[in-house]
Amino acid sequence: MSATAPDQVRVPDDVTWVPVCPLDALAREAGVPALVRGEAVAVFRTHDDQVHALSNIDPVTGASVLSRGIIGTRGDEVFVASPLHKEHYALRDGRCLDDPTLRVAAYDTRVVGGEVQVGGRRPECPQ
Amino acid sequence: MTSTTPRPRLVVVGHGMVGHRLVQAAVERGLTATHDVVVVGQEPRPAYDRVALTSYFAASGPEELSLLPSGSYDDPAVELVLGTEVTAIDRAARTVVLSDGRVLAYDQLVLATGAAPFVPPVPGHDLDGCFVYRTIEDLDAIRAAAGPATAGVVVGGGLLGLEAANALVQLGLETHVVEMAPRLMPVQLDEAAGATLVRHVEGLGVQVHTGVATESVSGTGRVDGLALAGGARIDAQVVVFSAGVRPRDALARAAGLEVAERGGVLVDEQCRTSDGRIWAVGECAAPGGRMYGLVAPGYDMAEVVVDALLGGAGRFVGADMSTKLKLLGVDVASFGDAFATTEGALELVFSDAVAGLYKKLVVSDDGRRLLGGILVGDASAYGVLRPMVASGIDLPENPEELILPASRGGAATGVASLPPEAQVCSCNNVTKATLLDRLGEAHPGPDGAEHHCEDVAALKACTGAGSTCGSCVGTVKALVEDHFAAQGREVSRALCEHFALSRAELFDVVAIHGYRSFDEVVAAHGTGRGCDVCKPTVASVLASLVNEHVLGDQRAVLQDTNDAFLANIQRNGSYSVVPRIPGGEITPDKLIVIGEVARDHGLYTKITGGQRIDLFGARVEELPVIWRRLVDAGFESGHAYGKSLRTVKSCVGSTWCRFGVQDSVQMAIDLELRYRGLRSPHKLKGGVSGCARECAEARSKDFGVIATEKGWNLYVGGNGGATPAHARLLAGDLDDETLVRYLDRYLMYYVRTADRLQRTAPWLDSLEGGLDRLREVVVDDVLGLGSELEAAMARHVATYVDEWSAVLDDPDKLARFVSFVNAPETPDPAVSFGTARDQIVPAGPVDLGATIAVGAPA
Repeated sequence: MSATAPDQVRVPDDVTWVPVCPLDALAREAGVPALVRGEAVAVFRTHDDQVHALSNIDPVTGASVLSRGIIGTRGDEVFVASPLHKEHYALRDGRCLDDPTLRVAAYDTRVVGGEVQVGGRRPECPQ
Repeated sequence: MTSTTPRPRLVVVGHGMVGHRLVQAAVERGLTATHDVVVVGQEPRPAYDRVALTSYFAASGPEELSLLPSGSYDDPAVELVLGTEVTAIDRAARTVVLSDGRVLAYDQLVLATGAAPFVPPVPGHDLDGCFVYRTIEDLDAIRAAAGPATAGVVVGGGLLGLEAANALVQLGLETHVVEMAPRLMPVQLDEAAGATLVRHVEGLGVQVHTGVATESVSGTGRVDGLALAGGARIDAQVVVFSAGVRPRDALARAAGLEVAERGGVLVDEQCRTSDGRIWAVGECAAPGGRMYGLVAPGYDMAEVVVDALLGGAGRFVGADMSTKLKLLGVDVASFGDAFATTEGALELVFSDAVAGLYKKLVVSDDGRRLLGGILVGDASAYGVLRPMVASGIDLPENPEELILPASRGGAATGVASLPPEAQVCSCNNVTKATLLDRLGEAHPGPDGAEHHCEDVAALKACTGAGSTCGSCVGTVKALVEDHFAAQGREVSRALCEHFALSRAELFDVVAIHGYRSFDEVVAAHGTGRGCDVCKPTVASVLASLVNEHVLGDQRAVLQDTNDAFLANIQRNGSYSVVPRIPGGEITPDKLIVIGEVARDHGLYTKITGGQRIDLFGARVEELPVIWRRLVDAGFESGHAYGKSLRTVKSCVGSTWCRFGVQDSVQMAIDLELRYRGLRSPHKLKGGVSGCARECAEARSKDFGVIATEKGWNLYVGGNGGATPAHARLLAGDLDDETLVRYLDRYLMYYVRTADRLQRTAPWLDSLEGGLDRLREVVVDDVLGLGSELEAAMARHVATYVDEWSAVLDDPDKLARFVSFVNAPETPDPAVSFGTARDQIVPAGPVDLGATIAVGAPA
């Protein structure tokens, strides 16, 4: 709709990957909080071992809590439910499944040598 | 500007159920916009539910039966005068004279003086120990006399007589019923139905003497027995006369109004007496010369009079005298032409003496129409049969299927077969069409805003259906379910998109298959990978059944955040911590520890409503340190975070209180320690009061225990919150052991069969048969489930461990309590605090005010 905000431009290629924890330390269908370049990031592992990262900040309340939400599915979409008021955010891109005006930032992730790493914040996908 | 012309005044004589209904109708239909209303009641209190009079013994006080608990009408045009009799009517002057000397002018006068019990003039009928059964004062007197008595006898085996017998049984008396007619309830039941009822009633220990007249009441000054015709004698110290009622028409007679041959103020179809300004309604009236001794026709008459005063053309043209009730636990119903007096009427009877069932249908000579019937032992078909009589619809091909038990080829009698005009609730005259309208159409709700009725409770509140005698609630429920099913909006009890099962069904499935994990359950009975609804539900069911640690074996990912961190999340992402303080009793040393922990960690402290102390503002990584100190001082988790037992609140009881009759603190501690950690469909709270003053507010809890001289009364299904409910008496005067046994059964039955997030009050309402059904299951053990439920509770008690200690002892579980997995030393900067009233409060970016999300918080 409108122009993207300045911090939502594509991350530079030289952004560093921040180590979070061994994949083994991350339970399936659970999240953990990580500190990534000074920001709280929630890192999740799905039932089929994909790793996703979203901002840990619940956009409704501003509280740093999304890593403590329950992971579930709606159809094929895997989501985390905010532990405060239960809005559902898609793990792959941070879209709120209940309210199109809400979303949380998503981060690149990768697993290298059994270690989970978080990269740059992803640009907002045009919707 | 006020008008100088005085407003016309309506005076209502009598504030019983019908007088009250008339005033209500006057307020609701706008008559009070033009008229002032003065209601004069003889009894010392506002109208109460006389139909439910027997439940007074189980009630905490008369206010529980009150139809006007606030004591006054919410309309300044209505004045209520209590404890005052109207002694005369001066028709010429258009005034009435009150017993306090006041003279009230009227423009319109309504007589709603009701009826008085008829006491047969046998010798000794006025001895001490003789009573009637009509008012709360009568019941108080009977209760007082029952204290030292061992046996009581009720003269009269009609509907009210059996109610009175029930009361004597409840008061612990050896109980007799004497009926002059050859059977019980001669007005409603035929010979065979009466015989079936006698077997039921005698099975409950009541001795029935039918076909025998009362000769005299014996005793010198006080009653010591009853002499029967033929020489037999019954020893008894309490005698209750229940031999019918007579209209209270003396006032009308003295004023020269016409009265009916057999008593009652003669009125026309608009309930107008022979004086055009005077009306009569209820049991004192005789429309067309006939008196109606039920409340529903009285309500109809009240509506007709208000309609007439508003210029309407409403008519009272007779009433449905159908009756359905539960007498001493036995279902009895009689409706329509129960005695087959219609010419050519045929009878169709199903009788099973062994099971105590008698069911009779009366059908027209062509077999096409249902004319009436009698049901004893099982009246579940009443809700469908009675409207069939009223509407005259065609009977199905094989009408016998309507009364045969399902196991013998009977069909379920569906509400779909009822025509729209069928009257579902006869007490409040609500038809099927009205109920369906309210379900389908938006209409103004109680708060004035447009709304839809979505369930039985809303429909009851909106239409009044089922709110008087309650016999139609099952039918209303079936209508709601059918309605939504027909819309494709099946009242789905499915948990969520992943499970088509309700919580109760899921519970059974998990119990039968012995599943131990969510993965097993969803693989076998669900789809997808679950969600924030089904995962905590399955986790709760597993905890109720297996009672292993909620954070063990991959179960942490199933738990809501409160259970997942064994603490209560707050708006800024910090947590509060509540240690258990059983019964609210705590030593100074332990109090000091709580203070020290709070001070050292900078926590905000507040006393909770459940007699504990809540410590707010703990960061997630601080929780284990705080628990360590609390556990070392002898505390354990208070489960404030769980859908589980919270507290059992108590008053100080007999140990300190000069009024206490039992040790409520000890009992509260025992119960809290017994049920601590029990995972349930919703939170559970209890209370124990040491005397009837009820200082522990136990009846606002899911289970409330109130001390009596002889033991404990057990109340169930109360809660505070947005929809407050008063707990109702399940059983009285229990010893400690029986109390705990009933509580074990009640709580486990709730845990097994309630819906997700359904507290005990709505669960109780949703049970077919409500509190009576629960009593059958818990007290009478009709399902034979008692020992199984007790064993399940015993397992729970035996396997309880403190959840906090178990985390402290397990490094794997402790690992989750960090600020950041990759920077455990760095506190989360998003959690910050300010100060208010000398304590911390959440601060920072959190602004909840405007953004409460839709849907209720879990």
